[in-house]
Amino acid sequence: MSVSPQDVEKVALLARLAISESDLPEVTERFGRVLGLVDELNTIDTESVVPMSNPHDMHQRLRPDIVTGQNDRENLMASAPAQEQGYFLVPKVID
Amino acid sequence: MTDNALLSGSVSSLRQQLRDRAVSSEELTRACLERIEACNGALNAVITMCSEQALDSAREADKAIAKGDIASLTGIPLLHKDIFCTNGVRTTCGSRMLEQFVPAYDATVVTKMRGEGAVMLGKCNMDEFAMGSSNETSFFGAVRNPWDLNCVPGGSSGGSAAALAAGMAPLVTGTDTGGSIRQPASLCGVTGLKPTYGRVSRLGIIAFASSLDQAGPMARTAEDCAIALTAMSGIDAGDSTSADIPVPDFHAGLHHDVQGLRIGLPREYFNEDLDPDVRERVMAALSALEQAGATLVDIELPHSHYAIATYYVIAPAEASANLARYDGVRFGYRCEDPVDLEDLYLRSRSEGFGEEVQRRILVGTYALSAGFYDAYFNKAQQVRRVITEDFTRAFESVDVIAGPSAPGVAFQFGAKQQDPVAMYMEDIYTLAVNLAGLPGLSTPAGLINGMPVGLQLIGKPFDEQTILNAAHRLQSDTDWHMARPQLETVAP
Repeated sequence: MSVSPQDVEKVALLARLAISESDLPEVTERFGRVLGLVDELNTIDTESVVPMSNPHDMHQRLRPDIVTGQNDRENLMASAPAQEQGYFLVPKVID
Repeated sequence: MTDNALLSGSVSSLRQQLRDRAVSSEELTRACLERIEACNGALNAVITMCSEQALDSAREADKAIAKGDIASLTGIPLLHKDIFCTNGVRTTCGSRMLEQFVPAYDATVVTKMRGEGAVMLGKCNMDEFAMGSSNETSFFGAVRNPWDLNCVPGGSSGGSAAALAAGMAPLVTGTDTGGSIRQPASLCGVTGLKPTYGRVSRLGIIAFASSLDQAGPMARTAEDCAIALTAMSGIDAGDSTSADIPVPDFHAGLHHDVQGLRIGLPREYFNEDLDPDVRERVMAALSALEQAGATLVDIELPHSHYAIATYYVIAPAEASANLARYDGVRFGYRCEDPVDLEDLYLRSRSEGFGEEVQRRILVGTYALSAGFYDAYFNKAQQVRRVITEDFTRAFESVDVIAGPSAPGVAFQFGAKQQDPVAMYMEDIYTLAVNLAGLPGLSTPAGLINGMPVGLQLIGKPFDEQTILNAAHRLQSDTDWHMARPQLETVAP
């Protein structure tokens, strides 16, 4: 299946990636090559095959809902690009 | 003891020397740190060094040894791939996105290996977010192959493999999502083991594709991999996909007996596409096992052909979901002067991620998007089962499956960078093993024009022991694993 630059722009927006006008033709071409590779999947019949999400078909284990660690906000927030009084700072979102 | 003897020693021999007090961990650690300082300018294999911390740990280890308090890796220096979170030590995943990221906790692998007394020297370079087969996608620059500085070391655990081959450490860790331990092990002439999915906890390993990622060791011998695997493995309350299956002592379980071992050779791996020189080296290694008593059996894995297409839907899809967390708000790179929140997201991500990572996010987002989910993601998960069932059937008649680890030897920088699909073919023999969640090992099988080739051995789920035993026997009967790059040529 071929993809257009518009298709790529739409997916880029969904993925929150900015692609410049000048890069778009090359990104589209290489993206198209990868899709060409995976289109091969259409040549195999998988009518009654159950999709496999875990290689051993294991199911998620549940654990008891108990506190195991202490609140470590200061350490965990130490890598935040901008913060104030224990909150993450972002540009103004409400006028 | 000369530095060269220290720097080419195996974990098992160094362990003995430490116990015999023939060398101290501090001497050994110092020799490794000096080796890194001497060679890293040429190789770029290490991103972050932890010299002071390493020497402190080494002195602790020496005290423990003096008291007879000795665990499986006490005093052994190691380097971790920079994908493992290390408390208080920068963890970049080879990305600008995490250039300044300092984790507040250790990965379980790091905790366990430290618990066994290992001394962390630093963190190894890698393809950005483990996406690549040449180490050329790292934000910190490409790693060079110590066998030929004009060639790639493989990827994504290329820094780890190059560091090990160059004598910077006797033991390194890697992760393998589609071949990222086995392919660089092959290209750098070392032994690398990808354990069964679930054998080793993924807690604290920066996520790429969660249903495929698995951590494992690289070392000079299969015996060393057995020691390291025992130290790394086990169920972890912090990773609900870690397997609730007992961990044997893989080192105690090692033996030389391959009498009657049935080794399957998939027709699809040994077809006309296989490079004749690679075929010759791989067959020579398999003949050595045959002479030791193993039986070679022709088998079929009829859907092997679909592994690449299946992988390049599932891995990018899972990656696009995992990498959604990098939003420029909570941690990681943030762009300068965002005008609003949308601008902050868009520019932080497109400036913070490199080209290959962005391509995979795009492919994954596309495969998961409305209207395409069934045609791509669901379909790929169905084919994944078909591929896995091929292995299940094959293992009804054989104990081990063998093939090449990579289609060729290390290639020159830039050779495959223009075409993503050409680069993806590097993992043609390794991807299916991740899709099926099986253990796989690469062991050296000789040189082609002076560059290493690897033999891949694939085992049944949770049967790492059998492939370790076969590799151990091969390494007892042959000396391909002893070949080293000319160490002086990698000095600056």
